[in-house]
Amino acid sequence: MLRIRNLVAGYDKLKVLKGITLHVKEGEIVTIIGANGAGKTTLLNTVASLVKPTSGEIKLNGRDVTGLSPDRIVRGGCALVPEGRQLFPAMTVRENLTLGGYTLFKRKRRNGLQLRLNNIYELFPILKERGSQLAGTLSGGEQQMVAIGRALMAETDLLMMDEPSMGLAPIIVKNIFQVVQSLRDQGKTILIVEQNAKAVLEIADRGYVMETGSLVMEGRAGELLNNNDVKRAYLGRDYKEFTDR
Amino acid sequence: MSAEQILQYIFAGITVGSIYAFVAIGYNIIYNATGIINFAQGEFVMLGGMIAYTFSQYMPLLPAIILAVIITSAIGGLIESVFIRRMKKNSVLGMIVVTIGISILLREASLYVWDEQIRALRFFTGSEISSVNIFGARISPQVLWVLGVTIVLVIVMFLFFKFTLTGQAMRACSENSRAAKLCGIRTDSMVNLSFMLSAGIGALGGCVVSPLTQTHYAMGTDLAIKGFIVAILGGLGNATAAVAAGILLGLIESFSISILPMAYKDVVSIVILLVILLVKPSGIFGSVQASSMKDY
Repeated sequence: MLRIRNLVAGYDKLKVLKGITLHVKEGEIVTIIGANGAGKTTLLNTVASLVKPTSGEIKLNGRDVTGLSPDRIVRGGCALVPEGRQLFPAMTVRENLTLGGYTLFKRKRRNGLQLRLNNIYELFPILKERGSQLAGTLSGGEQQMVAIGRALMAETDLLMMDEPSMGLAPIIVKNIFQVVQSLRDQGKTILIVEQNAKAVLEIADRGYVMETGSLVMEGRAGELLNNNDVKRAYLGRDYKEFTDR
Repeated sequence: MSAEQILQYIFAGITVGSIYAFVAIGYNIIYNATGIINFAQGEFVMLGGMIAYTFSQYMPLLPAIILAVIITSAIGGLIESVFIRRMKKNSVLGMIVVTIGISILLREASLYVWDEQIRALRFFTGSEISSVNIFGARISPQVLWVLGVTIVLVIVMFLFFKFTLTGQAMRACSENSRAAKLCGIRTDSMVNLSFMLSAGIGALGGCVVSPLTQTHYAMGTDLAIKGFIVAILGGLGNATAAVAAGILLGLIESFSISILPMAYKDVVSIVILLVILLVKPSGIFGSVQASSMKDY
């Protein structure tokens, strides 16, 4: 589904991604974990074409999409739920969701808009009640739901999520990760970047570990959960187990 | 002052105010999409009137006006793709200076094309001597045209931005252009559209007021300043407020003539601008909170 080879990208002279190679297969939840500043967000932004890569190759469904404009990435089948949600705060929830499907409705004149909205409302029932409220007035969890819903409206095969758990209460994080799992079960492919490594590894199929611009480890989610290096660096679990031995 | 006289002043004020509002709406559309104040907005009004005048020599009024609006829109779009798009890396202030340059360019080009003669479009209905009697005040039917077009424009704009996908996408670009890109909206073309739209609206305004206020190659500067005052008065970015503020300024100007000498008309509006900038920069209808998030 998604294949990235030797991707190098950054901002001006600062090289953030130093040759990333990864792949995501259809129907998988793949996660990239890593500390702050490792380059996880830059990686997703580069795939979404908000950041232009210096070199390397991004293939989506077998097509080379490196350096295409962001709207063509969306039309090519890949939507991003950005870090920090990035809603349109002074527009209603319904308008936010509608714009998520902009690429579809632009061509087909809003055919099936209501149907798609209903799908989102089924996933997040609370959004139906909030439909005519301004997105900026919602709680953090609800805003995250709108952000996910907006990306889903484009009906892409691949959904990328950047730190969906950021700043949310544990119960809401659980809820959102359940939704992510159910999306996978419905056939979506998901690439998810997280700092909350433990929670995300529990729902993911595979994972990568990123450190200062490079992927240093790859494996099945279960393996990573039990890997001592990963435990020490990212899970913070059984701290004593390592230090007092 | 008799009641009829007051009414007369009111209608005169509303007419002038409407054209200010046309300019201010144009400012707001571009400001919302880009954060730029486009000081060439007054020139769009002039171009609309001039082009329509030229075409009206050869065809009926309506197609002439439609052509003028379309051509001016195209000029607006061209300006965006030739100048503004290439300056993107520059600061907003830099781009504002560019728009001043463009306004001079358009003005000089018009002087070359149309010379310095003052022109006026035909009256839409009747002629300069026909008048309608409203509660004892005698006003030109063209005033009613100006009012009608302004009202229709405001309604159409509201519907466009609220209910059409393109309108919503334009709002999305102004609220968060990064997120708009992620939705697959081509922000470049939305900016281009905003220039076309405001040029077209300016041109339409230029056509409807031309019979009353005449069209002259250098009229743009004055309108740009007045429109700017109105945009600030209403609160930058708020198109509906711009209409209210425009009519307010028109009324103030019109009544100031009855008290102060005519020459002080512009002084009054500049004083208003200064007072607003000092006391409430967010405008009388703008929220302080919203303006604190803007660039300047």
